[in-house]
Amino acid sequence: MSDQIQVKTMAEMLANGEEPEVLFWVGCAGSFDDRAKKITRSFVSILNKIDIKFAVLGTEESCTGDPAKRAGNEFLFQMQAMSNIQVLNSYGVKKIVTTCPHCFNTLKNEYPGLGGDYEVMHHTQFLTGLMSDGRLKVEGGSFKGKRITFHDPCYLGRANNEYEAPRNLLAKLDSELVEMKRCKTKGLCCGAGGAQMFKEAEKGNKEVNIERTEDALEVKPDIIATGCPFCNTMMTDGVKNFEKEGSIKIFDLAELIAEAQTN
Amino acid sequence: MAIGSILFIIFLGAASFLFFRSVRKIRRNILLGRDVERTDNSSLRWKTTLRVALGQSKMVVRPVAGFLHILVYAGFVIINIEILEIVIDGVFGTHRIFSSWIGVDVYRFFINCFEILALLVLLACVVFLLRRNVVKIARFWNPEMKGWPTSDANLILIAEVLLMSAFLTMDAADVMLMQTSAETLASAGLDKYAINWSGSGFTVSSLLTGLLPTDIATLHIIERFCWWFHILGILAFLNYLAISKHLHIILAFPAVYFSNLKAKGEFDNLESVKNEVELMFDPSVDPYAAPPEPDENAVPVAFGAKDVKDLSWKQLMDSYTCTECGRCTSECPANQTGKLLSPRKIMMDTRDRLTELGNYIDKNGLEAEDDKTLINDYITPEELWACTSCNACTEACPINLDPLSIIVDLRRYLVMEQSAAPAELNNMFTNIENNGAPWQFAQADRLNWKDE
Repeated sequence: MSDQIQVKTMAEMLANGEEPEVLFWVGCAGSFDDRAKKITRSFVSILNKIDIKFAVLGTEESCTGDPAKRAGNEFLFQMQAMSNIQVLNSYGVKKIVTTCPHCFNTLKNEYPGLGGDYEVMHHTQFLTGLMSDGRLKVEGGSFKGKRITFHDPCYLGRANNEYEAPRNLLAKLDSELVEMKRCKTKGLCCGAGGAQMFKEAEKGNKEVNIERTEDALEVKPDIIATGCPFCNTMMTDGVKNFEKEGSIKIFDLAELIAEAQTN
Repeated sequence: MAIGSILFIIFLGAASFLFFRSVRKIRRNILLGRDVERTDNSSLRWKTTLRVALGQSKMVVRPVAGFLHILVYAGFVIINIEILEIVIDGVFGTHRIFSSWIGVDVYRFFINCFEILALLVLLACVVFLLRRNVVKIARFWNPEMKGWPTSDANLILIAEVLLMSAFLTMDAADVMLMQTSAETLASAGLDKYAINWSGSGFTVSSLLTGLLPTDIATLHIIERFCWWFHILGILAFLNYLAISKHLHIILAFPAVYFSNLKAKGEFDNLESVKNEVELMFDPSVDPYAAPPEPDENAVPVAFGAKDVKDLSWKQLMDSYTCTECGRCTSECPANQTGKLLSPRKIMMDTRDRLTELGNYIDKNGLEAEDDKTLINDYITPEELWACTSCNACTEACPINLDPLSIIVDLRRYLVMEQSAAPAELNNMFTNIENNGAPWQFAQADRLNWKDE
């Protein structure tokens, strides 16, 4: 990416006596995974263009502990949570936005019991809010008439009952939202959750992401939209498996909105 | 007192006694589980119970099965009003006592409603039998359904068909008796059937009268046989519940009331772990201090669940409540792609293991422990590790049961007590411990994306 983006850490802000409007929790995938880093940069570019004062923790951020917790390692999860909460509380963080539904779920639901109370938003909720406040403006343009299907991340959808925010964003793109036969509460997992991302699948007759990609291919989309870096990886791999990567693109909603942003 | 009344009271008493004994045992077994707080927010709990249990809101997600189930459910609840009359008649040797209290016309209206429902229940049960055995809907043919679970389901459906048939046949014979002149009845010694019946019979059962003999002695035998068959069938069915998946007709209500009201994504933070971690983070704790005197009565805390006693009473109640419909398994991504995991099997195994442990305790006392465990003897690690924690199972369950929480508690035991996670997951843990990310990247590189 050549676009210059502006990112300040909490430490830098504090040193300048500034206070951010919101903390952007980047997450491990968003920080280290090559594909997810593009999502991170797209989201930041949206915020930069409309002068949202945000900060990241930078090197002070650490895994939320989500994969450890789902895998059963409650000790490691709570160690991670406690030290993250110490950092967040020491900066007096009140509002967090994240592009990862797993971080979102953990920060929102599991940190309060350990002393970390914040208003936590998924980026699709945050962007929807910016649009309804009139701060963020988009125009469909390049997406006009494109068939887009949305793959619900389990940890945004069923886990937290958020089905509308991502669809609200897609509706602004003048595209044609085509739903897979299994969507919203019945959305099929991409196969990465519950720490599956970090291990081989158990013996079976199919990979979960292949099953899910078949759902998507059925509706003949131009774009598969996702709201989770892990879903993005799984769907990208699935589409490659069917050798459709030439005709079907997988984008995070942050990338689609960044593309359509007019202010 | 007539011999019939005495027999009836004996049967009623014995069935009630046996049922009460089963209920006590099931309650005892459920309370073997550890405590969990599920009594907060009672207004939301009542609302959820009205909507999900009474209102069947999640059943109708699958419209065909949902609609048929509502017929059987409504029929079950409403027709059972009739049982009250049967019990009074049985104890006092009366005949259709309600008809003399509310008048023949109002009485006929109610019985007509019951009969229409009975017919619908009967038809729905036939369709259910066809779906299971002829159409062979896939979720009824998973490996865990082999043997008893399949027989259990068929037995329940056949029993309901028989009970409804007996109910309708009894009405048909009875109406023919009641329409006979009082003198004829009196000469046959059947005075109590002369209840000044006027007008037509009942809506559904009158269709059967053509199939019955006209001789009143035979009709009386048919009516009595069906009456006894119906009520003894119901008493037997009541006691069958305790060993059957059909227990859901009772437990579905408390299971929904006490169900998890939090976001599905929120897993509980283990208190036992929290205490340890808080100590580690507490700067005022002296790491070199001598450990406090161990409390002799303290139960050693295990992390996660190895056996049913380590699960909560709600998870154990769930296992007794599950009626093995298999909606969870049919929505499970792991199961759909051929993995061993079946959330329904998790529930069934938990119940089977709890029943086994309960029987062992009956013989050997409450503190007795056999040498079996839920993990390994019933549920294998391979099943547990296939779960993506996607919550499709909990979403699909018509009564908010939670197989996922059991899976996670068993995983916790494997990881924290046995260090038996798959090697790749151990690598992931190590990475998080060492560099704060599940992959091997340096924490110092965490912000590199900004300049790439």
